[in-house]
Amino acid sequence: MLPARFEYHRPTTLEEALGLLGSLEEPKVLSGGQSLIPLLKLRFAAPSHLVDINRIPGMDGIAEEGGTLRLGALVRHNQVVSSDMVGARYPVLAAAAPQIADPIVRNLGTVAGSLAHADPAGDWGAVMLAVGATFVLRSARGEREVTADDFFRDIFTTVLEPNEILAEVRVPAPTGPVGGAYLKLERKVGDFGTVAAAVHVQMDDGKIGRAGIGLTAVGTRNLRAAEAESVLAGQEPGEELFADAGRRAAGIASPITDIRGSAEYKRHMVEVYVRRGLARAVEMARAA
Amino acid sequence: MKITVTVNGVERTGDVEPRLLLVHFIRETLGLTGTHIGCDTTSCGACTVLLDGMPVKSCTLLAVMADGRSVTTVEGLQRNGELDPIQVAFKEEHGLQCGFCTPGMMLVGKALIERNQAPTDEDVRWAISGNICRCTGYMNIVKAVQHAARMRAETPAEAPAQA
Repeated sequence: MLPARFEYHRPTTLEEALGLLGSLEEPKVLSGGQSLIPLLKLRFAAPSHLVDINRIPGMDGIAEEGGTLRLGALVRHNQVVSSDMVGARYPVLAAAAPQIADPIVRNLGTVAGSLAHADPAGDWGAVMLAVGATFVLRSARGEREVTADDFFRDIFTTVLEPNEILAEVRVPAPTGPVGGAYLKLERKVGDFGTVAAAVHVQMDDGKIGRAGIGLTAVGTRNLRAAEAESVLAGQEPGEELFADAGRRAAGIASPITDIRGSAEYKRHMVEVYVRRGLARAVEMARAA
Repeated sequence: MKITVTVNGVERTGDVEPRLLLVHFIRETLGLTGTHIGCDTTSCGACTVLLDGMPVKSCTLLAVMADGRSVTTVEGLQRNGELDPIQVAFKEEHGLQCGFCTPGMMLVGKALIERNQAPTDEDVRWAISGNICRCTGYMNIVKAVQHAARMRAETPAEAPAQA
């Protein structure tokens, strides 16, 4: 398959890239390309200009500073898989990263690119909702920081403007014992998830301090199960509580029946995965 | 756009449309047809090549993205008529049947044993989980990669295949 014609630009600084995005007609940012290039090939997307940011140095860092984990725009999925620091301190990210696509795709695909692509079956969106991440959006005019909650709008639709780059992902560093899980039902490696749930728990004096729950592939965007989160906060962990949270999370899911399963089955799996994810996350936090 | 890509150790230049996929540059511009096109949708791994030593799906990369970088295809495995250990291992362990997935499987296997000198069954299965063998010959593919790892460990003086 051959993409439609476009003009190709390869800036070597972020400023140059932002200048191009601000002046070109219908530009699109190309990073890892693992979602965008398939869309170009299928001609679901046909931008006039591609701005390839892969040669911009200094945007592939993973670092924790000032109580925040910062992921640059060019951090590849496999960098997250192999980061010891993420493995030790950000359990939901560490659980999700090796389940994204397949090992070859993970060599190129980027976290920020996946978020900007905003496929409701994408994994990072649910993870970022669960951990309460914020995204730095930069344009030639300046930058703004939006929460994951405010970022996702609809299927393949975010608040990102055509002249903006998702320049950095910021995740609050844990301030107590944390646990996390990413439970994903998939027919085979590399397939889109049938259903997945991201669960993040921070303990506070033996009780659940903060819980975050994000859902994958059960709506027109990644969903945050806010009501389920609120029944968990401040509570003594236990199976009844987890089951209640699971039911509430399933209550906001609006999956569709397709080749991967019926809506009823998917909704049920949300309940099961949130319940199991909470048990796993709490166990992990207690062991931490 | 003019690009220069070091393919199997040799600098190759081309004047390509930006929309040209790397796999077509390799197969059609350079005539290296060992890299196969299977699904053309980033699923099967038949088109896998090494980009600076790292496995990538060449159907999901623009040729211009490889400009100035180094690519290894299956043709680059053998050196001076000598098969690479991964090729010897696939032959000895019957790691191929129809052969369609084999270039991708061998390149992924080679990249794996560069960084993991004694991969377990699970390590190999994990590494090749982005490659599909429609003959379902996975058992012998796993054995072949492990066999190559052992051969590689026994010949530490072997010249690096990456130019």
